Amino acid sequence: MNYIDMHAHMVSRTTDDYHAMALSGCLAVTEPAFWSGRDRLGPEAFADYFDHLTTFEPARAREYGIAHYAWLCLNPKEGEDRELTRQVLKIIPEFLQRPTVLGIGEIGLNRVTRNEMATFLDHVELALEHHQLIHIHTPHLEDKYKGTRVMVEALAADARIEPGRVMIDHAEEHTAELILGHGFWTGITLYPKTKASPARAIDMIEMYGSERLIVASACDWGPSQPLAVPEFIFEARRRGHDEATIRKIVLDNPQRFLGQSPKFVPPQRDAALARR
Amino acid sequence: MNAHTETCLLTQAQLLDLSFMEHRAHLLAIAAFLDRLERAKGAGDAVEDFRLGALRGALHELVSPQPGRVMRAQMRLSDQDLTLLDLRDSQSAHGAPQRSEGPHSLDSEAEQ
Repeated sequence: MNYIDMHAHMVSRTTDDYHAMALSGCLAVTEPAFWSGRDRLGPEAFADYFDHLTTFEPARAREYGIAHYAWLCLNPKEGEDRELTRQVLKIIPEFLQRPTVLGIGEIGLNRVTRNEMATFLDHVELALEHHQLIHIHTPHLEDKYKGTRVMVEALAADARIEPGRVMIDHAEEHTAELILGHGFWTGITLYPKTKASPARAIDMIEMYGSERLIVASACDWGPSQPLAVPEFIFEARRRGHDEATIRKIVLDNPQRFLGQSPKFVPPQRDAALARR
Repeated sequence: MNAHTETCLLTQAQLLDLSFMEHRAHLLAIAAFLDRLERAKGAGDAVEDFRLGALRGALHELVSPQPGRVMRAQMRLSDQDLTLLDLRDSQSAHGAPQRSEGPHSLDSEAEQ
């Protein structure tokens, strides 16, 4: 089955992964900006990174018939440094003009500090100013409930925010209903150890429905699985779900959300390969 | 009353056929981990560890007859104090909240 992986940090993956994803039906990936394993030393490092995300990765993906889109920001793990934030926020608008950039992300919180929250809100302002879609990270472990609550309440109190243009990712059982209930798109990232499994993602879909809900691999340099979405498809079939429902989660929903950006082109494998 | 009754498309027997062995292995992995902790060098140095307390609390939820076990287990492993930290204390999270006594503490239940 063809699918779109809404959250894949391909900069940290090998070309073999693109190959395997193409064989498994991946038509497109969207790559949010992320933390590379250490805090970057200055805005120049971000400029290099944003350039990589918008030139090299789209070209590398295209070799496998996969469309590559990006989201730009300081990752929440680097949001504590307010001076660095101010410097990086100044360079982001230049990169927002590039043809494969869909919005601001993955912004959010890590340890849920005052500085992280200020950085998060700065990014939201930038997105509003440039009419960008927003892709939000929620903390991974004991901070997830707290971070999700704080961000959802802040966004819900801002009348300028259109919830349908915001996706809140890394949802789990204790946060999915909160996110969906406020009208946001909800992402479930599938991980082999630390987050939701395909089986748990299907549980949430069975309980909360398939509207505004997306699954993704979130694959990065840590223990992760770039074929997590095909694993989800396989598990959903074993659980008795029909092809239309599965397709809605892995293809139609991503296209509905991403289609709000004029830069997003609904991908077709044949067309992607023909461009080569 | 479970608000999500019959939302899973498979029967209980089908689910057991499909995944009993996998979850049996998960259960034994946790049991072995708890035994390993007791056999560990310096046994006793983590008796008061907040992660172990949270894990034991979450295990209580698994034997509960009430639905919603995973959400309650998640909440036992979650910081429910919504106060923002003044400064980042560390880059990575621990997997369980370091709670002190207070209105959000579930530790006393976990010790039951």
